[in-house]
Order: sequence, then structure tokens, then C-alpha cells
Amino acid sequence: MIEFKGVNKYYGAHHVLRDITMTVSRGEVVVVCGPSGSGKSTLIKCVNALEPYQDGKILVDGFDVGSSARSATHLRRRVGMVFQNFELYPHLSVIDNICLAQRIVLKREAEEARERARRLLDRVGLKDKEAVYPTSLSGGQQQRIAIARALALDPEVMLFDEPTSALDPEMINEVLDVMTALAADGMTMMVVTHEMGFARRVASRVVFMDMGEVVEDCPTAEFFDHPQSRSDRAQLFLDKILSH
Amino acid sequence: MPMPDYSLIVRNASFLLDGLLLSLTLTLIGVIGGLAVGTALALVRLFTGVIGNYVIDAYVFVFRAIPLILVIFWFYFMVPLILGRPVGAWTSAIVAFTLFEAAYYSEILRAGLRSVRAGQLNAALASGMSRGQALRYVIFPQAFTAMIPIFLTQAIILFQDTSLVFVVSLHDFLTATSIIANRDGRLVEVYTFACLVYYLICLAATAGVEELKRTFAR
Repeated sequence: MIEFKGVNKYYGAHHVLRDITMTVSRGEVVVVCGPSGSGKSTLIKCVNALEPYQDGKILVDGFDVGSSARSATHLRRRVGMVFQNFELYPHLSVIDNICLAQRIVLKREAEEARERARRLLDRVGLKDKEAVYPTSLSGGQQQRIAIARALALDPEVMLFDEPTSALDPEMINEVLDVMTALAADGMTMMVVTHEMGFARRVASRVVFMDMGEVVEDCPTAEFFDHPQSRSDRAQLFLDKILSH
Repeated sequence: MPMPDYSLIVRNASFLLDGLLLSLTLTLIGVIGGLAVGTALALVRLFTGVIGNYVIDAYVFVFRAIPLILVIFWFYFMVPLILGRPVGAWTSAIVAFTLFEAAYYSEILRAGLRSVRAGQLNAALASGMSRGQALRYVIFPQAFTAMIPIFLTQAIILFQDTSLVFVVSLHDFLTATSIIANRDGRLVEVYTFACLVYYLICLAATAGVEELKRTFAR
């Protein structure tokens, strides 16, 4: 579904992605973790062309991501994205947030879009919130609506860029629950997160990045159950975030 | 000192009202024209590279460095020399106001666009919108909401500045009052009245801006 073939990216002299080669198959949930500054957010933003890369190739369902700006909009219709800071549109009500791209990108009729939005709000447990504005909601609620907004476009892949990092601890689980249900429905997902509990329960594979490189790429059970066979860098990282 | 006589204001009401209408019309044209050209400038800045930026920076700098009265003068006296024919007081005033206000409005717009978080553009693009759609449906509505109070404050300043058209012999409100004041030798009454009118109009407009700010803060 997503193929990275020798992808390199530079910010000036800074080499942020080093020769990334990996694959995310259809229906797979891949968690990408690593210390901050390791390039994981940059990597995920390359998949829907929010970040350009200099060489190598990224294919989404055979579609070449790097080809042109016009094809980028075409690609993005099929790839949903959820951001660390939710990025709901503050000038629109919840339901209009979910309907906007349905209307202008997919050209759905108003009633059809609303129908779809209501079903998704129900699915993320917020069907009573359609008329309110995002700023009156908690972070966890906003992020669930952001997930509904992305799903409304019927994406084939969902990208999550640290979806729980901006949340208060008590709200993390409500978002992870929605993501877990989505994974159970067979959605192909690429998730940048530090939530190792979620990774262990839901991910099919874990990718560990450090300094722009993929250091580990292995099945979830292998990653967590045999730490001694992991690289030093991955062990150090796991020790730091699993120690409490 | 003679007794104050305010009846001359009533006697000259229609002359004064014409002046006031001219001031309000100029303000309206200045706001609409300035907003249109200012938006165009801001868009050029958004969509072109370095060169467009330099050109607009230069434009904004020049118009903000020159007093408005000089801009009006310049159009009235210099443009006819270039064109080879007179352009008239009214036309030159409108053009001068539009270009002058555009410099301010384009800067207000720029600040407003900057106030929208960068992530909003990414979110819109990620949902498959084109850059134009993202600006139209996501970025501009937020930027405009943030800017409306500043826009209106600028319009109030413009209304006061319309009095500068006396230099090209247009009869705006202040010019009309000063004609009557001098003709009838009633400076105190007429200028007191002029102050009161400017004060009341700006007071009403400011109250309107405050009300808008409260509406948008909700």
C-alpha cells in the first residue's frame, strides 16, 4: 500500500531522512517511534506530499507521490491525516468541519455529506456535538472529530502524526480507543506515537527511527518480547519510555 | 464678542449635508477600492516569489512614507503632466485614496494571514483541497475575522482624512463648513459644529467596532 524506496530528504545541509526503504501493506498498522528529531513526523508527512523529499521514491498504491503538485491533491483524497494539534477549523461548527472537504473535494451533496458526518460522529461517540464549535470541546473530543473528518473522505490509508501528544493524560485513551476500533475494521494505518501500550496491542509492525534512519523494522511481538536482540539505540529508547 | 448664532447652520444645512455626503462617499470608495487593491497585493505576495515581494514591499514603503495630502497633490498635479490632460479633482482624490489605503490594507491582511496557524493550511491540503480552495475556505475566513476590527478602525481614520481633499478644491464636509465660517464670519459656531459632527460619527463607528469585537470574541 505504501512503499518507500531509498528516500532521502535534506533541510539544507541537514540530512533528515536517510535512505528509507520500507513497506506498509494493506490492512497493516505500523507504529513509527523514536526520539524527537529522529525524522518520524517528517517521514509521515512525505507520504501525502506535505513535505517534499529529494531522492528515492514513495508509492501509495502504486501512485508516485513525488510526481507533481497536481497529482498531490489527487493522492491526498485517498490518504487521511490526523495531526498532533487537531487542526480543526475554528470558524466552522463540528459538522461543517466534517462536511467541508466532502463538499468541495469530493463534490458530495449537502445532505449526503451531513448524513455521512452524523454517522461518523456517532462512531467516535460525539453525535450530540454536531452544532458546537471546536474551541468549546476538550482536546480528546477535538481529536476524535479530527479523525471523523479524515474518515469522511473514505481514505484507503490513515496517517496519524503524534495524535495523543498534545492531550492531557486522561483524554489519551478515548482517542486510542477510536484508533483501535479503526484498526480492527481493517484500515491501513501509519502511526507516529510514543504510546507503546497502543503499539503492543494494535500494531502489526513497529518501526524505530533515530537520526533519520530506520533502525528497527520488525513484527510487534518481536520488537517488545526480545529486547536483547534489538539494537542498542532501540533498547535505550525503550528503557527510557517504558521505565515507569 | 457677538452672541453665538447657530441658526446659520440650519440655514446652510443642505450645503453642509452635501459636504458630509462627499466625505462619506469618499470614505466608502476608499475602503472598497483600498480593500480590493490591498487584497490583490496580499495575494500577489502569497503566490509569487521573491520579486513580487520586493515590488510590494517597495509600494507599501513608499505610500506609508508619504503623507496622504502629498499623495493627493501628486495625483492632481503630476498625473496630468504624464497623461497630457487634466484628470479632475474627484478622480485624482479617488485614485489617491484607493492606492494609499491599499498599502495599509495589504499590511493588515498580511498580519491577519500570519495570525492563522500554519497547521491549518496543512490540514486543508491534506484533505485534498487545492491551495486556492484552502485559502478561500479555511485561511481567509479566519484571517478576515481577525482583521475586521482593524479594518474598521482604519476606515474611521480614512473618514477623518477625507478632509484633506480641500487641497484639490473638493467640497467635503470640513471644506463646506470652512466656506460658511469665512463667508459669514462665524468661525466659532461653525467649527464647533464641525467638531461635534466628526466626534459623533467616529463615536458611533467606534461603538460599532467594539460591538463587532465582542461578537467575534465569542
